[in-house]
Amino acid sequence: MIPPEVARIPDTAALLEFDPGAIAEGKYDRRELTLMISPERLFPACEFLKTKRGYRYLSDVTAVDRYPSEPRFEVVYQLYCHDRKERLRLKCLLNGERAVIASVVPIWGAANWYEREVYDLFGVQFQGHPHLRRILMPEDWEGHPLRKDYPVTGYR
Amino acid sequence: MPEVAVPPGARTMILNMGPQHPSTHGVLRLVLELDGETIVHATPDIGYLHTGIEKSCEALTYHQAITLTDRIDYLCPLTNNLCYVLAVEKLLGLEVPPRAQWLRVMLNELTRIASHLVWLGTHAIDIGAMSVFLYCFREREDILRAFEIVSGQRMMTSYFRVGGLSLETPPEFLPHVEKFLGYFPDRLEEYEELLTRNRIWIGRTKGVGILTTEDALDLAVSGPTARASGLDWDLRRDNPYSSYEKFSFRVPIRTEGDVYARYLVRLDEIRESLKIIRQALDGLPDGPVQARAPGVVLPPREKMKTEMEALIYHFKIVTEGFRVPPGEVYQAVESPRGEMGYYVVSDGTSHPYRVKVRSPSFANLQALPRIAEGRLIADMVACIGSIDIVLGEIDR
Repeated sequence: MIPPEVARIPDTAALLEFDPGAIAEGKYDRRELTLMISPERLFPACEFLKTKRGYRYLSDVTAVDRYPSEPRFEVVYQLYCHDRKERLRLKCLLNGERAVIASVVPIWGAANWYEREVYDLFGVQFQGHPHLRRILMPEDWEGHPLRKDYPVTGYR
Repeated sequence: MPEVAVPPGARTMILNMGPQHPSTHGVLRLVLELDGETIVHATPDIGYLHTGIEKSCEALTYHQAITLTDRIDYLCPLTNNLCYVLAVEKLLGLEVPPRAQWLRVMLNELTRIASHLVWLGTHAIDIGAMSVFLYCFREREDILRAFEIVSGQRMMTSYFRVGGLSLETPPEFLPHVEKFLGYFPDRLEEYEELLTRNRIWIGRTKGVGILTTEDALDLAVSGPTARASGLDWDLRRDNPYSSYEKFSFRVPIRTEGDVYARYLVRLDEIRESLKIIRQALDGLPDGPVQARAPGVVLPPREKMKTEMEALIYHFKIVTEGFRVPPGEVYQAVESPRGEMGYYVVSDGTSHPYRVKVRSPSFANLQALPRIAEGRLIADMVACIGSIDIVLGEIDR
């Protein structure tokens, strides 16, 4: 659950007020705030953070594969607020069989290529993405190289 | 972005630019849809240099992965080294001695100048100014010489280590930097004389490839490209790392957002970097260049040969690496191209569980269609040059 010292941080408090069920978990570790968001509530939460909390800049979108444990994928969003010079990290957990999440391209244009990269290397689908296709690997490539069950060397 | 209206019934032409076009600074392919000479749509196609560096990092120990970070952006290897080691140090909770921090700052600013010199030279040669290219590479050679003095390598330095630097600098390093600072400002004036008021240069760059502040924010554009569009943001000043808060420097901003503004911002940045190097030289603290962390930092060579304990540590670090407590950090630094970030996830073993490189060029390149669409195809070359992309870090 959300530790009290995390809930007191203004970003967490504001987001909890906007949608009490949005945050599944939170931690403040090594001076970095991470909020675990339920995947189905990600889009409105992001919209709120951008318009009301000043996170107008999406630094990065990436993923971590926790194979073989489930839920397998963590999709990670790094946000930045230029007014307060603060960073915020959002995370969503996704199951291996149905790795689908809402695209945030309508909120931050930069997400377009980031999400394509995550799709390319992890096989996570982004619903509502304008043009979801491979970006780094060749278009006819089989498999998603950054998955943990994909070998580092040799053939699959 | 000016809208291009293609009259109904008119046919556009698809033109393939790259991947071996000299002005694309690497292997970038652009699919251009043209109406006459006007660009209607530009679609960058990347991935030709993808070497799976992030995947390779997962198979290496934390120390071994430093050598891969050099190769991500080969024009600023030390900035990559710094960003990665800062991330690992943050995971370990390791404090680096002041001398190491100041030398890191000094070397990073030298890297910034070297990178901007390559950019200026290649950007000028793209637009047709040949001599600037030769001058820039002449001066850059002296900076690479400084890297060679400290690390033995001109480009793939791997000089920063987790906990500090790999070695104390040799005695000839500081005089070399001093000499560079002595003559370089005059050389910078020479470049300016060749370009800043050159009518051809102004004609090719002024008012070309405009990026608004709104678009820069929306597309996560950072670095000099964003600062030329009026975004007042520099990580060295706003989220300081490695003692940058102890240096005084100005962050050059322009609001025009065109190719010419990006040129002026970068030239000003070189001047500010010179100021930072001057301060780092004058106030360089004494002391060790490595943190006291026996299980993480390699022991000195002499101790290794005389003390049993040092030998054991050396053996352990080299063969199995050091363990890093579980957790995750995102460390960002201001690279010559913008916000470079390393997101490192540790699971408690001696290998990083995940390393993600947030490369500034990747995001900046995404803004290229918005910069170039509606312009003439001849402007494309100026636009690509002005956002200063390095394909190595885009494809990783």
